[in-house]
Amino acid sequence: MSVLLRGEHLTRILPGTVPVTLVDDVSLTVSGGEFVAITGPSGSGKSSLLYLLGLLDQLTRGRLVLIDQDTAELDEAARAALRLRTLGFVFQFHFLLPEFSALDNVMLPMRKLGERNDREQRERAAELLAVLGLEAHLHKRPHQLSGGQRQRVAVARALANDPPLVLADEPTGSLDSASSEQVFSILHDLVHQRGKTVIAVTHDMELAARMGRRLHLVDGRLEGQGRLQ
Amino acid sequence: MKVPVVLDLARSHVLGRGRQTLVAVLSVALGVGFSIAMAALMQGGEDDMIEQMVNAMPHVRITDEFRHARRQPVQDRFDAVAIAGLRPKEDRRGILNPVEVRARLSGWVPGSLAWSLRTQGVVRYAGRDQGLTLVGIEPDQAQAVAAIKPEEFIAGDFQSLAFGGNNLVVGDRLAEKLGARLGTTVSLVSATGESRSFKITGLFHTGTTARDEGEGYVLLTKAQTLSDRPNVINDIRLRLADPALAPEVARRAERRIGYKTVAWQEANESLLEALVVRNVIMYTVVGAILVVAGFGIFNIISTITHEKSRDIAILKSLGFTERDIRRLFVAEGVAFGVAGSVIGWMIGALLCVAMSMVRFELSGAGVAQEMTHLPLAWNVWHYLVAAGCALASASMAGYLPARRAARLHPVDIIRGAS
Repeated sequence: MSVLLRGEHLTRILPGTVPVTLVDDVSLTVSGGEFVAITGPSGSGKSSLLYLLGLLDQLTRGRLVLIDQDTAELDEAARAALRLRTLGFVFQFHFLLPEFSALDNVMLPMRKLGERNDREQRERAAELLAVLGLEAHLHKRPHQLSGGQRQRVAVARALANDPPLVLADEPTGSLDSASSEQVFSILHDLVHQRGKTVIAVTHDMELAARMGRRLHLVDGRLEGQGRLQ
Repeated sequence: MKVPVVLDLARSHVLGRGRQTLVAVLSVALGVGFSIAMAALMQGGEDDMIEQMVNAMPHVRITDEFRHARRQPVQDRFDAVAIAGLRPKEDRRGILNPVEVRARLSGWVPGSLAWSLRTQGVVRYAGRDQGLTLVGIEPDQAQAVAAIKPEEFIAGDFQSLAFGGNNLVVGDRLAEKLGARLGTTVSLVSATGESRSFKITGLFHTGTTARDEGEGYVLLTKAQTLSDRPNVINDIRLRLADPALAPEVARRAERRIGYKTVAWQEANESLLEALVVRNVIMYTVVGAILVVAGFGIFNIISTITHEKSRDIAILKSLGFTERDIRRLFVAEGVAFGVAGSVIGWMIGALLCVAMSMVRFELSGAGVAQEMTHLPLAWNVWHYLVAAGCALASASMAGYLPARRAARLHPVDIIRGAS
C-alpha cells in the first residue's frame, strides 16, 4: 500500500514561562488502508499527536508529509483546503451543529467543498446516513438523537467528502458499550470494506487490540508500536 | 436559490436567538428611524429658513457704498507711496449716474431689477411718533422684485401709491401702534426735517416684526422730494430666476459698476455657516446614535461567538478557513444592520408623517415669525445616509468579534469541550 502520511521528528511544545512538551520527536509512517490505534496513559500526548496529524495544530519541530504534500509549506487557507478534501474527523463528543438536522450536518463539508450540486449532496448525505442505520432520522436535530446516533452522524459527516484518512479522537469515549461496539464496527468496516485509513486515539486497550496497528505514547514519546492481526 | 453555507450558518445563529435578535434589530431600527426624523426636521427647518430669507430679501443688493476705500491716483502711479493727513471729499451719498448704472445691469441680469431710495424718517399721528425706514419705489418694479408679496397685503397694494397725492404703504403693526388705519392721513418727517402729509393706502403683514413695525413705502419721487435728494437712488434690488446664481451675478455686477454688491448668501454668511455647524452637530448625533446601536450588536455577536466557539472549532476542523469564520459573523452584523435599516425606514417615515400633522399657532409680541406646522424635508438621502451609517456601524460591530473568533485555536476549544 502507498504511504499516506509520513511524520518525521514531530514535536509540539506549548510555549510559556515553563514550556510544556506535548509530543516529543515522534516519527511514523501510515499507509493507505491501515487501522491504527494511538494508545497511552492520560496526558501522554495521544490527542495532541492526532491534532498534529490532522493539521489542526502547528508543529514546533519536525516535518509532516500528507499525501505527498509537505504541510510546512502550506498557509492557513491551504491547510484548511487540504483538511476539507483529505481528512475526516470524529471527536469524543459529536460536535454536531445543534441548529442543523442530521442531513444538513452531513452536507456541511460537501457544501463547503462545492463540488456536488445540492441534489447530489442531499443524496450522498442520505446514503451515508442510511448505511450507518440512520435512514429514519435524516431530519432530526442532534438533541432528538441518542448518543450513539449522534456519533454515527458525526462519522457520516467525516466521510462526506470521501476523504482517504479518518482521524478519530476517542470516538467511543462517551458511549455505552453497545453504541461503542456499533461505532467501532463502522470504523472497522471503513478500513476493511471501503479501503479508508483510520487513525484512532483510544485508551480502551481491548478496542486497540482489535485494530491493525498500535502506536503507544508515554510522555509524548513513541514508546512502542506493533502490528496486530 | 441555494443559500451559501456561511450565510445559512449566520441565519441559523441569528434566528436561533429570537429575543436578542429582536433587541439588536430594534436598537438599529430606532436609531435609523429617529435619525431620519431628526434629519427631516433639521433639513426642513433649514430649507424653510433659507426660503424665507430668499423670499424676504433681494437676491442681490447694490448700495451706494464701496467695498474698499478709493485708491488715490498717486498710488497707481508710484510703487511706494505714503499718504498722510488725507481728507476725503464729502461726496453726496447715492448711486451716481443711476440711468447709466441701470443700463449696465438691465441687459444681462437674469431676473428683475428695482431701484429705490431708502432713507430714515419719522411717522407722526395723533401725537405719537414712530421711526421708520422710508423706501421710495417705482410700484411696477417693486412688485416685480416682490418687495412685499401680493398675499402679504392686508389692504391695498403698491399700485395704490400711484393713485395721486401723497400715498403711503405701511406695516400693520406700525399702523396699529399709531392707532391709524387704511385711509388715515399721517405726517412723514424726513431726516432733514422736511414734513409732508401722507394718506395710508396700503397695509401689509410679512410676519417679520422688524418690517411690519418699521417699514413704509412711498413713490420714489416723493421720497426724493421729502429727503431733498432729487434724482437720487441708493439701493438697487435684483430678484433672480435662480437664487443660487446670486453670488456670480453679484460679482459680475460689482466688477461692472463698482458699487458694493451683496448676494443674499454673503449677507447671511454667518447664518449659513451656523446652519453648516448645525448640520455637522446633527450628523454627529445621528452617528453617535447608530454607534450606540452598534455596541448592542457588538455585544450580541460577541456573545454568539463565545457560545458558538465549539461550532467554530468544528467548522475549522471540517476545512472552513479563518476568512469563512470572519464572513460568518460579519454577515450576522450586516443582517442586523439591514433588518434594522428597513424597519428604521418605516419608523422614520411614520415619525415624519406624525410630525407633519402637528400644527402650531404662534403669534403675539416677541414672536418674529408665525409658524403653523413643523417644517419637514422629505429626502431620500436621509434614508440612505442613516442606513449607510447603520450598516457601517453594524459591520464594524460584527467584524471585531468575528476577527477574534476567526483566530480561535480549534485545539484549545476541542480540548476545553472534551
